[in-house]
Order: sequence, then C-alpha cells, then structure tokens
Amino acid sequence: MTTSHQIKRGVSLYSYQYETFLRQMTLDDCIAHAAGLGARGIEVVSEQSFTGFPDVPEEQVAGWFASLERHGAYPQCHDMFLDVKLYKDRKLNFDEMVASLKRDLRFAKRIGCRNVRIIVNTPPEVVVACVPLAEELDVRMGIEVHSPFHFDHPWILRYTELTRATGSDHVGYVPDMGMYTKNYPPVFRDRFLRMGATPKIVEFILQAHAARVLPDYVLMDVRKMGANAVDLQMAETLRHNIWSNPRRMLEFMPWIFNIHAKFYEIDDSGREPAIPYEEIIPVLIEGGYDGHLSSEYEGQRHIEDAFEVDGREQVRRQQEMFKRLLGEV
Amino acid sequence: MYDQHIIYPGSVRNTDDGAGWQLGARLPYYRGQILSAVEDIALTVDGNRVPREHVRFTVRGMTFTLDELETEYVERWEFGEVAQVTVLQPGGLPPGEHEVTAAVQLRISYLPWSPVTSCTARAAIEAAHT
Repeated sequence: MTTSHQIKRGVSLYSYQYETFLRQMTLDDCIAHAAGLGARGIEVVSEQSFTGFPDVPEEQVAGWFASLERHGAYPQCHDMFLDVKLYKDRKLNFDEMVASLKRDLRFAKRIGCRNVRIIVNTPPEVVVACVPLAEELDVRMGIEVHSPFHFDHPWILRYTELTRATGSDHVGYVPDMGMYTKNYPPVFRDRFLRMGATPKIVEFILQAHAARVLPDYVLMDVRKMGANAVDLQMAETLRHNIWSNPRRMLEFMPWIFNIHAKFYEIDDSGREPAIPYEEIIPVLIEGGYDGHLSSEYEGQRHIEDAFEVDGREQVRRQQEMFKRLLGEV
Repeated sequence: MYDQHIIYPGSVRNTDDGAGWQLGARLPYYRGQILSAVEDIALTVDGNRVPREHVRFTVRGMTFTLDELETEYVERWEFGEVAQVTVLQPGGLPPGEHEVTAAVQLRISYLPWSPVTSCTARAAIEAAHT
C-alpha cells in the first residue's frame, strides 16, 4: 500500500461526550487524551465544550488555547448548528439564518479553527451568502455530508451547484463516514435485541440491509411479519444508515476540508465492523486528501443502557487503526 | 441518549420551604440547548402525572415556568448541567419510597420529530424535620 500522503489525524471531542457529560473528563483531559495518541487536530462541538455559547467567556477561550499548547495540539474544526426551529411557531428567516452562520464563522475564528462543519440542514443559499465573510476571516465552510444524505443526493447536488458557482475555495464538504455503513452495526442490533426486538425480524432486517433493500419496502415487509414497536424502530434505522461508494469522494476531494471519521465501535480485532475504513482510507490517499481524519465515536448512545462507556479506549483503538492504514506503523 | 442520567442521583427531595418537591435534571442531549427548544418536562410520581403548570425550571438562579421556557431565546440549559426541576405541591411528597419519572421533549432543528427521552428513579423521601 502506498504510504505517501498528507493525511493528518485528529479527534472530535464529541467522542468523549459521555465522560464530559458526567464530569469525568474536563476539556483539558479530552485534549490531552487526543494529543497523547498523536491526534493533534482538535475538532469541537462548541456547545458541548464551552458554556454561554455564543458569548463564551474569555477565560474559557484562553483556557482552550492554553490547553492546546500544553499538549501540543491545535484547533481544527468548529461544529456549528443552525437552530432554524428556535421559535416554536415559525422557522428562522433567511436573514436570521445568515446572521447565525456569520456568528459561527466569527466564533470559529475566535477559537482558532480554520474549518467550520456546516450542519446539513443549512440551506445552501445561506452558505453562499456567507462566502465573503468566510474569505475575509479565512475560515472554510464544509457542509456535513451525513447519512441519509450522500454526494449524489438532490440536496447535496443543489448545495454543490450553488456553492461551486461562487468560485470560492472557502466552501466545500465535511463527509461523515456514517454514509459508508457497509454492514449493519452490531451495537445497533444488540441494543434492539435488548429492547425486545423479535429475533426473526432482526435477522430479516440484517439481511435486507446487506441486500440494500429500500428501507420503505423493509418497513412494509416487517409490518406484515407482525413487527412490534422495537422492530419497527430498528427497521427505521435503515433510512439513516446508508451505504454509498466511498470512491465517490474522489471527484470532490479538492473541496473536502475535513473527514468525520464516525465509528460505532472498534472491536477487539481492531476493526470497525460496520464502516470499512480499510476500504475508505485508500480512497483518501489515492485522492490526495490532505485534511484530518477526525475520530467521531458515536457508539456510546448504543451501549450506555447495558455497558460501561469508554470513549478513551474506543478512540485509542480507532487511532491505532488509522496509524496502521496510513502506514505510520 | 443519556436516558438513565437525566435525574441526578440522590437529588429527589422535598423543598426546604415546604412548597413542593424537586429533582436535579440533566439535558438528555449531546450539546447545550437554548431554553426555547425545551418543549416539555413531563413528570410522573408513582404513576400520577404532574400538571404542567405546577412545574418550575431553574438554572443558574433563574426560574421559569414551562410556558416561559418556550419564549426564552438567550439562556441555555448547558451540556451536562444539572438544573433544578421543582413541582409546586404544598407539603411535598409524603415520606417513604416513590417512583419518579422525568421525560424531556426537545425540539431539535435538524430532526423532523421532537425526541422524548425519559428516566425513572426510585427515591426515599424522609419525614420533614419539624
């Protein structure tokens, strides 16, 4: 395997959310852990790691920079949200959405991030309206291409058409590897079984996922099989856990600023059973991707009912996998 | 998400002023939320539904009714922050074992539905010190 590449390793602090939520890890602990694995590019869900957003007190921001410096890490990406449903009776209007995104661009600059993850519900026109400010600040906007969306989905096609027309190199993509869920995640399956899913229907859903049957059809089939509420909930997950071809990223590589290296678990053999990183990383190397692989552990919510969550161990395992696949070891 | 962590352990108690009972509650979500996104905090005690208008929500010294939360667009329920949820019920809960459920409904902008997350805890209420 070729190992000539410029891919960098990082961690989204989303990965340690469970420990942060329970006050078992501080922001400094999270940065120290990631940097200790050589994953020095730090991505942050700011409304998780700071308080008072968007008016985060200066001492918190100073603490962030001090912590990064102390551990030899650096800010990489700020994950923004667009609260279009701020008001119960109406959605934000265009000007309000633009103001919200501009606020996030300025916040990203304040915490030293050159990349902003644009949440996928953000209308492309809003992103386009913010291009001049993004260029002025030199902060890049990357829409999160997140399952059930994918690069050929009409919403993403529209985003591509409108943003590409600006000619700006400050607008692009942050693909989430959840759209490459090749195998149904075992942590999902096991949780639904614990919740009372019918084993025969679980098996049917697994086979349907493997055969890429349209989720709407699977739902109709399992209803006919006498599905209970949990079975239906499991069938619904097929809508949001798609498989698309990672090679599709090659065409978009110049505009891919960051990769959300989503994972549900890294098993004892060091592999992610659902998302085939051994297929994905060679594509990134082939395409000359030079941004970060940002670990995003999302298994905690699927095991917390029955097992101890250990975000640190899971991130460590994924980073070990990255080192192997990137030719660092 | 964080279902079993909504009710802060050991936090169910009668208020000192005898006006009701309360519990510490954490936001069942992976990021802090503006209070207007909190659509409901539905409580039951021993299977009986607490009327919505009897519920008060307090963070950082600010207290709101659930209706007032809906139009609060600045203040937030921060990630992992323990808020006080108080039920106005003169005399509070009678001494003894109680089963309390707290269900939080959030309006998440990028989801087409409003997720409801619930937590049930058993609590022993001590007799009032008089």
